[in-house]
Amino acid sequence: MPILSVRDLTVRFGGIIALDSVSFDVDEGQIVGLIGPNGAGKTTLFNCLSRLYTPARGEVLFDGRALLERPAHRIAELGIGRTFQNLALFPTLSVLQNVMVGVHCRTRSDFLSNALRLGWVAREEAAIRARATEILAFLDLEDVAHHPAAGLPFGTLKRVELARALAASPRLLLVDEPASGLNHEEVAALAKLLRAIRDARRVTVLLVEHHMGLVMQVSDRVVVLDFGRKIAEGPPVDVQRNPDVIRAYLGTAERVGAETR
Amino acid sequence: MTGARAWERALVVAALALACALPFALSGFRAFQFTQVGIYAIALLGLNILTGYNGQISLGHGAFYAIGAYTTAIMLDKWNVPYGLTIPVAGLVCLVAGFLFGIPALRLEGLYLALATFALALAVPQILKYFEHWTGGSQGIVLSRPEAPAGLTLTPDQWLYFMTLGVLVVLFVLSANLLRGRTGRAIVAIRDNPIAAQAMGVNTALYKSLTFGVSAAYTGVAGALSAVAVAFVAPDTFNVFLSITLLVGIVVGGLASISGAIFGALFIQFVPNWAQDISKAAPWAIYGIFLIVFMYTMPRGIAGSLKLVLNRLARASGGAGGPV
Repeated sequence: MPILSVRDLTVRFGGIIALDSVSFDVDEGQIVGLIGPNGAGKTTLFNCLSRLYTPARGEVLFDGRALLERPAHRIAELGIGRTFQNLALFPTLSVLQNVMVGVHCRTRSDFLSNALRLGWVAREEAAIRARATEILAFLDLEDVAHHPAAGLPFGTLKRVELARALAASPRLLLVDEPASGLNHEEVAALAKLLRAIRDARRVTVLLVEHHMGLVMQVSDRVVVLDFGRKIAEGPPVDVQRNPDVIRAYLGTAERVGAETR
Repeated sequence: MTGARAWERALVVAALALACALPFALSGFRAFQFTQVGIYAIALLGLNILTGYNGQISLGHGAFYAIGAYTTAIMLDKWNVPYGLTIPVAGLVCLVAGFLFGIPALRLEGLYLALATFALALAVPQILKYFEHWTGGSQGIVLSRPEAPAGLTLTPDQWLYFMTLGVLVVLFVLSANLLRGRTGRAIVAIRDNPIAAQAMGVNTALYKSLTFGVSAAYTGVAGALSAVAVAFVAPDTFNVFLSITLLVGIVVGGLASISGAIFGALFIQFVPNWAQDISKAAPWAIYGIFLIVFMYTMPRGIAGSLKLVLNRLARASGGAGGPV
C-alpha cells in the first residue's frame, strides 16, 4: 500500500485552475521528485497536503487515513513534515529552539502544567532538548545551535528547516526547493543528505525541486506537473525522455537533463 | 551565556532584597507609590505576554484591568467576601473574559485587532455606568482599606506593598515557567510565523485564545489589587488613557521581556510625576519628550538595553562568555 495517495485533486483560485484532477501515489521508503515549470502547481499541491489550502475536489490518503478531514495543525502528528520554499523559520528563536518547536506535535504539556513546571514537564523538556540536539548533530548544525535563526547563510537556514521538520519524526517529508540558492558542492551534499534521510532515518521524501540534476540523481520516481495537470510519471530515466515533459520544459525536443543549473 | 545568566540571577536576588527593604526606608506615601508600581508591573506582564510574546496588539487592556477591579469591588461591597479571596476570582473572571474575547479576535490581525480591543476599552467604562445597581454608576464604589493581619506589625501601606509584592513574585515565576518551555516556544513561534507554527502542530487558534485569557487574567489581578489598594473604583479611572499607558509601559520597558514589565511600571508610575515637577503648565509635553528620548536611546526598551550591558559585562569578566 502506498504511504501517500493523491486522488483527483483539484484546486481553483477564482477562475484559475491551479491543480486539475491530479492523482499519484508515493510508496514508502522512496524519494519521489515532483517537478514542473513555474506555476505548474507543485507548491499548491504541498499546501493541500499540509492543509493550508482546501481543494475543490479530490481526496488524499496518508497511510490509509483521509488527510483532508484534518485541520492544518493536526497534520504533523500524523507523520507528515514539511519545509517551505521561502524560509519559514522563527527568526527570534535560536536554531535549537526552532528545532525544539518541531517536537511540539510529539509532546503534550499544556499551559497549566508548564506554568507550574511540574516534574514531568521538566522531564519532557529535557527529552525535547535531547531530541533536537541529536537532529542538530545529524545535520551538522551544532555550531549554530544558539544563534538566532536569522542572519545565517541561506543554505544553513534551509538545513535548519530540514532539522525542524525531522525533529517531529515524520514518516513522510515534503521538501520544497531545498537546492535553491545553493552552490555546486552544497547541492552534492544535499543529495547525500536526502539519501541519508531516506535510508538512515527511514523517511519517505516528496521533493519539489527545479534543480534537474539533483532530482534525477536522487529520485526513485518522478511526477511531472504542467499547468496543474500531471503529464508524466515514472523512473527518472523515462521521464527525461518523455516528449511531453521535454515540450513542457523547453518547447523543443531536447533532453531535460541538459537543463541543469 | 552562562556568565550573563549568573549576572541576571544576581540582579534578581539584589532586586528582591531591595524590594523587601524598600517600604521600611520610605514614607507611607512612597510605599504606596511602589505598591502601584507592583500593580502596574503585573498588568504590564499580562499585556506583554499577549503583545510582546504572542504578537497580538491590544489597545484595550484597561478594560480587563477594570473588570478585575470591579469584580473585587463588587464582591467586597455586596457580599463582604475576604479581599484575599476576591483577587484570584477576579483573575479567573478575566481569564474567561479574555479567552472569550480572544476567539473572535482570531479573525483580526495587527491593526485591526488593535482597533477591536480599542473598542473594548471605549465601551467598558460606559457599560460599568449602565449597571448602576452593582457598580454604583459614575460615583463608583468606595471600599475600606485592609489592615495588616493581626500579629504583623506593618502599617496598612506596608502590608499592601508586601501583599502586592507576594502576588507579583508568584505571577512572575508562573509566567517565566510558562514562557521558557514548550508552551512559550509555541507562543513566540505563532508571533514569528503562524503558518510554520501550525505546520509544526501548534493549535494556533487555541494557543492565541488561551494566551489572550492568561494575559487578561494577569491584568485583571492587577486591577483587583488596585481596587484593594486604592479602596475606590470609578468607571472613569479605567478610560482609554489607561490602556494606552499600559502599551507605553511594555514598549518602554521592553517587548517580550519579563523584567521589562518592572521597568515599564516604574516609567508609567514616576515619569508623569517628574514631568509635573518640571512643568506644572505642560506636564504631558515633558512626558512626551521623555518618551521620545527613551525610544531613541533604547529602541529595544530598558530591558533590551540592560541585556546588552549584562552580556558585555559577562564577556569582560568571564573571558569565556561564549556566544551572545
